[in-house]
Amino acid sequence: MENVISQQSPNEHQEAETIPESFSENIPDSLFNKFFLEVYSLTIFTLRFFKEVFKPPYEFNELMKQSFLIGYRSLPLVAITGFIIGLVLTIQSRPTLAKFGAESWLPAMVAVSIIREIGPVITSLIFAGKVGSGIGAELASMNVTEQIDAMQVSCTNPFKYLVVTRVLSATLMLPLLVIFSDTIGLLGSFVGVNLKGNVSTYLFFSQIFQSLEFNDLFPAFIKTFFFGFAIGLIGSYKGYNSNTGTEGVGKAANSAVVFASLMVFIIDMIAVQVTSFFQN
Amino acid sequence: MRKMTANTTSIKTENDNKQNGLVVVEMEHLKKSFGNILVLRDINLVINKGENLVILGKSGTGKSVLIKCIVGLVEVDEGKLVILGQNISELKNKELIEIRKKIGFLFQGGALYDSMTVRENLEFPLKRQLLSVPKDTMNSLVKEALQNVGLAKAIDLWPSELSGGMRKRLGLARTLILKPDIMLYDEPTTGLDPITSKEISHLILEVQKKYNTTSIIITHDIACAKLIANRIIVLKDGICAAEGSYTDLKNSADAWIQSFFE
Repeated sequence: MENVISQQSPNEHQEAETIPESFSENIPDSLFNKFFLEVYSLTIFTLRFFKEVFKPPYEFNELMKQSFLIGYRSLPLVAITGFIIGLVLTIQSRPTLAKFGAESWLPAMVAVSIIREIGPVITSLIFAGKVGSGIGAELASMNVTEQIDAMQVSCTNPFKYLVVTRVLSATLMLPLLVIFSDTIGLLGSFVGVNLKGNVSTYLFFSQIFQSLEFNDLFPAFIKTFFFGFAIGLIGSYKGYNSNTGTEGVGKAANSAVVFASLMVFIIDMIAVQVTSFFQN
Repeated sequence: MRKMTANTTSIKTENDNKQNGLVVVEMEHLKKSFGNILVLRDINLVINKGENLVILGKSGTGKSVLIKCIVGLVEVDEGKLVILGQNISELKNKELIEIRKKIGFLFQGGALYDSMTVRENLEFPLKRQLLSVPKDTMNSLVKEALQNVGLAKAIDLWPSELSGGMRKRLGLARTLILKPDIMLYDEPTTGLDPITSKEISHLILEVQKKYNTTSIIITHDIACAKLIANRIIVLKDGICAAEGSYTDLKNSADAWIQSFFE
């Protein structure tokens, strides 16, 4: 029997990224199935990103604008958190090292901790909170107010203009922010060391550079590209495929942060395994 | 479909119009469903050049879906949809983009880009569709479009600083800047006070006269329909349930059609 009822039409741009109804309607609505449907949908979205990213025309101006908004505008937050992490880590570690008479190892220990793990992970989590949720909310709001449809009617590929530029910006900006955050973190550590001691700048930084190796710097730097990509991609995915209505905007922002943060930890775990495999 | 006009030569006229290139939109047995939900069941419609067609119908009867099909935002499942002589379902993406350049769409809320100023909102379609427009030409086009809708002073404002009526006018200006052949209006007067609604209706009429555009207007505002429409169709259960002029439909014996005009 034909079923004619009131129905808000899903948007064409969404249909491409979400699961076909004929496919999903036969699958029981359990949490387990929902998870795999979400993974499927995200995979399609990711494949479309790689398809569109190399295809001209390139949205260079929008990429620059997003890099400014995503990267430059995140500097103050990243600087404050980086400084506090360096300072607190130093103050907290000093008593333990002092017990073993290893206070002189403090700069080296803090540097390795910040550069290898704490700097990239904490900065990425802050970035997921600020940028991931921002992208999710912005795209969801554009979806609700039909701005994405308006873009399509204006002969613009909204995926390329909105998604590709944001994902690329997040991928390129996060590594730079992490370098910046690590540097500020080490300055915070220097302040922490000098709160209860008197260590010269030269001595502090020469100890740091003596303790750091290529294996500390390179994997830590490379993994931040993956963190940035995951945060940008998940934020865009959640926003672009949000449900209509203001509730959808909140949900998109919230789930973008949750899933992006989770992805940061998962990628970090994989990165550690890969790094240790090559080091051994 | 109940034809409320007593025009016995309508089929002959339609064929003549097609031959003269006066038919801009033609739909035959159009169907569209979302999952199990059939939204458009069997739409047959011909719209001529320069015509103002108003679509009435209860919420959720597929009015917005119908105009989204015309602009290619929603793909039809079955049937023939010919826009400006080209069958939409047979077009490749590039050809669809070319057709879209000739169609303007005024969204319900204006769909203004919040991250852009009024000027940038108007420049966006110009940059996208005309690609290499000299700065001076772009400036004069933007100013002309804003003057047409009485918003010349708002050029450097942000969409968030505009009232509901101004947003609709700006949406209209952004759509008109490329002087499209077909204008699609999705509830242009919804959420506006009666005075602003009337202003917008007059504006739509002025635009139609000035650029000789073909307009398809979805509305629940009967005053707007009365002012604008050359022809009105009423959608019900995914089909065109009635068709005619404002007076024809207002004087209809059908109580359901009458209810729209009370």
